[in-house]
Amino acid sequence: MSPRIVPASSDAARRRDTPLQITVDGAAVAGVEGQTVAGVLLAAGRRSWRAGPSGAPRGVFCGIGACFDCLVTVNGERDVRACRRRAVDGDAVSTQSRAGTGEPR
Amino acid sequence: MGATRVVVLGAGIIGAACARELALAGLAVTVVERGAPAAATTAHGEGNVLVSDKGPGPELDLALLSRRLWPGVLDAVAAHLPEAAAAVEWEPKGGIVVATTAGGARELERFAAAQREAGVTAEPLDAAALAAAEPHLTRDFALAVHYPGDAQVQPAGTATALLADALRAGAVLRAGCEVLGADTAGGRITAVRTSTGTIGADAVVNAAGPWSGETARRLGAPVDVRPRRGEVLVTAPMPPTVFHKVYDADYVGAVGSGAGDLQASAVVESTRAGTILLGSSRRRVGFDERIRPGVLSVIAGKALRLFPSLAGATVMRAYGGFRPYVPDHLPVIGPDPRLDGLWHATGHEGAGIGLSAGTARLLADLMLGRDPAMDPAPFRADRPAVLSEGESR
Amino acid sequence: MTRHVVIVGAGPAGLAAAASALRAGARVTLLDTAERPGGQYHRMLPDAYRAERNGRLHHGWARFDRLRRHVLGHPRCAWWPESAVWSLERSDPGDPAPPLVHVLRGPADGAGRDRLVLRPDALVLAPGAHDRVLPFPGWDLPGVYTAGAAQALAKGERVVVGDRVVIGGAGPFLLPVAASLIEAGSAVLAVLEANPARTVARGWGRRPWELAPQAGKAGELAEYAALLARHRVPYRTGRAVVEARGDGRVEEVVTARLRADWSVLPGTERVVAVDAACVSHGFSPQLELPAAAGCALRDTASGPFTEVDGDQLTSVPGVYAAGEITGIAGAPAARAEGLLAGWLAAGGAPAAPELRPLRRARDRARAFAGRLAAAHPIGAGWPGWLRADTVVCRCEETDFGTLCRAADDRAGGAARAVKLGTRAGLGPCQARICGPTVAELLRRRAAGAPGRPAEGLAPATPHHRPIAQPIRLGELARPPRDPHEKENTP
Repeated sequence: MSPRIVPASSDAARRRDTPLQITVDGAAVAGVEGQTVAGVLLAAGRRSWRAGPSGAPRGVFCGIGACFDCLVTVNGERDVRACRRRAVDGDAVSTQSRAGTGEPR
Repeated sequence: MGATRVVVLGAGIIGAACARELALAGLAVTVVERGAPAAATTAHGEGNVLVSDKGPGPELDLALLSRRLWPGVLDAVAAHLPEAAAAVEWEPKGGIVVATTAGGARELERFAAAQREAGVTAEPLDAAALAAAEPHLTRDFALAVHYPGDAQVQPAGTATALLADALRAGAVLRAGCEVLGADTAGGRITAVRTSTGTIGADAVVNAAGPWSGETARRLGAPVDVRPRRGEVLVTAPMPPTVFHKVYDADYVGAVGSGAGDLQASAVVESTRAGTILLGSSRRRVGFDERIRPGVLSVIAGKALRLFPSLAGATVMRAYGGFRPYVPDHLPVIGPDPRLDGLWHATGHEGAGIGLSAGTARLLADLMLGRDPAMDPAPFRADRPAVLSEGESR
Repeated sequence: MTRHVVIVGAGPAGLAAAASALRAGARVTLLDTAERPGGQYHRMLPDAYRAERNGRLHHGWARFDRLRRHVLGHPRCAWWPESAVWSLERSDPGDPAPPLVHVLRGPADGAGRDRLVLRPDALVLAPGAHDRVLPFPGWDLPGVYTAGAAQALAKGERVVVGDRVVIGGAGPFLLPVAASLIEAGSAVLAVLEANPARTVARGWGRRPWELAPQAGKAGELAEYAALLARHRVPYRTGRAVVEARGDGRVEEVVTARLRADWSVLPGTERVVAVDAACVSHGFSPQLELPAAAGCALRDTASGPFTEVDGDQLTSVPGVYAAGEITGIAGAPAARAEGLLAGWLAAGGAPAAPELRPLRRARDRARAFAGRLAAAHPIGAGWPGWLRADTVVCRCEETDFGTLCRAADDRAGGAARAVKLGTRAGLGPCQARICGPTVAELLRRRAAGAPGRPAEGLAPATPHHRPIAQPIRLGELARPPRDPHEKENTP
């Protein structure tokens, strides 16, 4: 199984969710108002979305903005920590890769 | 009788380069470093190997000499220490100097013409050529000149590679060892007293960068080398955006200025890791290490004038260091006129990384009585700018 | 004249400091990077979830909720959510004014945030801590999370990281993380405490009378233990996750019995199929702000913390510290420190009678922190888990072998040169994750003495981050706005 959100119907905190939709590299992904971008991605079953310098996959690690593993581009803004940015309906998220950074040797 | 014993004070790029030249020439070299090698001024620069920012004169001659020497020096290091040589990250990427005002353009045009006379390749770029060379650079410019001779290195890696080669050639490193004073006999230095013992010496090289003034004072022969503060911003890694060392033509004016207040000028370049380095500032504030948001803000503003599209780039780090500054802006290379056996190799301000190769060669030529690679007279230590009392910190 | 106290961090320490400073009559600006107060301990659900029972997920919710409403609703309190302090600008030597506080206010890592500067009369730093995770082979695989991440996701947005989860590391914090995951519906296969039972028992059992006043904390832990028992989740001591494996994501972990020094007992390895692993070996205090303010740090066996005196005052005039940056001791301790720091920062009388019980509570909390550290130390044998190709710096993918080679280089083996040469700690996280690990590995291998850093140069500490939070070049180029300028200049 993959990461997921606790269904509102069985949540002890008694939520009343409002759906939202963002795009990730152009593809629509459904989420819930109040989720972080990382929360939307995880709940949609994605564990990783960024590539390190070697191309190694990265997703959420620390979850509180310390590790910078989860960086994404949101509406054209690079290097946004997905675990700290609240998703907004209509956000265009694109994934980042370190593999293409730097100069060719 | 054994080999001549030389104690090199400082394991920054200048000390490392000098130690290497002298050790390769067969001298018994000990490198004394108060902290750790390549950890102070050397580790806090951008790694400039520049000819573009120097007008005709002795400093340009030293830069041209250094630029000629560098490939051979690095090949020689690589022959024995390939991994250390790789860490140099030698990048002959060339520089592009941009004037954004009509006045600046006239100045740059004159400057480049004089440099060409002195043997520097300096090619004006038209708008199309500039756009091809630097697609993200502002189109709003008055003149751009390409200097294919400019190069970049990873400065700490370069210094440690030179030092490693010196150690391979027999030099000894004493890190964590602070100079306390000199023993002299008959006006001649015979030993250096340090925090970890006395080291006998036939010759001593003061290569302590911005701390050279204090070091020389402890040895009994003060020189007027002062710290000049600089800060650099580092962005998060980005896709390739900047391909040369690109700087604003007003940089030359800022370098040459003696003013104590903030001089700032845009210097923009990328590193192999994908980060972009944004400089540069010059302030005379003693050894005050505080990083000032106001200074960083000025650097950011100037960089955006050249690369407006970097407005969204993330700055993840800032660092600052101290350049060894002499009031007449020339390095000090040569014997001390007051204390026999004491030599100076210091005062390179922000150009020490690039100038280290020529400095080490010239110093070794003088110490060994060889024909000097260039005229050493302009760098002599007995000039008034060096021996004046200087200002108190 | 009313004193203006700026408080950085609205977790248990910061909120308590705010309440106390308000009580002493100060004007307070309370900042946090999050949208809601509470910090990691009382991480709230977002408003948009419209949850009727957020409190169901928290210990001590009612008390926190009262405090939060009191502070945020107070007429002398300005609450600045989504506010990142990116720089502290120290005043000139001899000037007793605390540093200027440079703030970016707006959505996390946004590009057009408001750039502001505050000129406080006193500053309280309460930024908290994050998990310290030691490297092991595969720890960089997706699906390996810090324990804090798993809890933040479960408590803060009701996302569970997996269904078959192993939790490993050291410290009592593993228990509430397990509780959060169980509550959210995960199968927690095991909770592994790396320290042997006798270390844990000795640490907690020594001077048991000190524990009594922390009964709240002890009771909380007992509840978690009961929950684990109810769900038949084994809690094992002396065992750790020493490897994660999988193709592009974690599919299994290797656990092993450890000796007291955390070296692996050969032959005790077990492979467990998982879809997530949560690890935490302790906490790293967020020291960039105290370091930027120039505060002295104190070295302990668990790493450096901010040095404070009996009044929570740091070595810098006007700068107070509270919570995990002074020592890892948990929320009750953070509250006591915050109450003291806020009162004194506001100019409240140091001899006020109500401070006496607070000082006692704080002193007990510090003793508690000492026991915590003694019961859950990091064993010296962990580098034995690493292989040459194990990533140590996640950002730059610097591996253990590269670091060792660099450290052993006679010419370039010093910390700063190693960092520049291997790029360990120079990536986007700026050594927040690998910094303490790299520093420790280098300290162990370093042949020579590091010597005295040159005058004017910051020591090569992993906590030196003059840009404390990322700032966009465009934001930096604009001058800051002083929101109080009109009041300050008549």
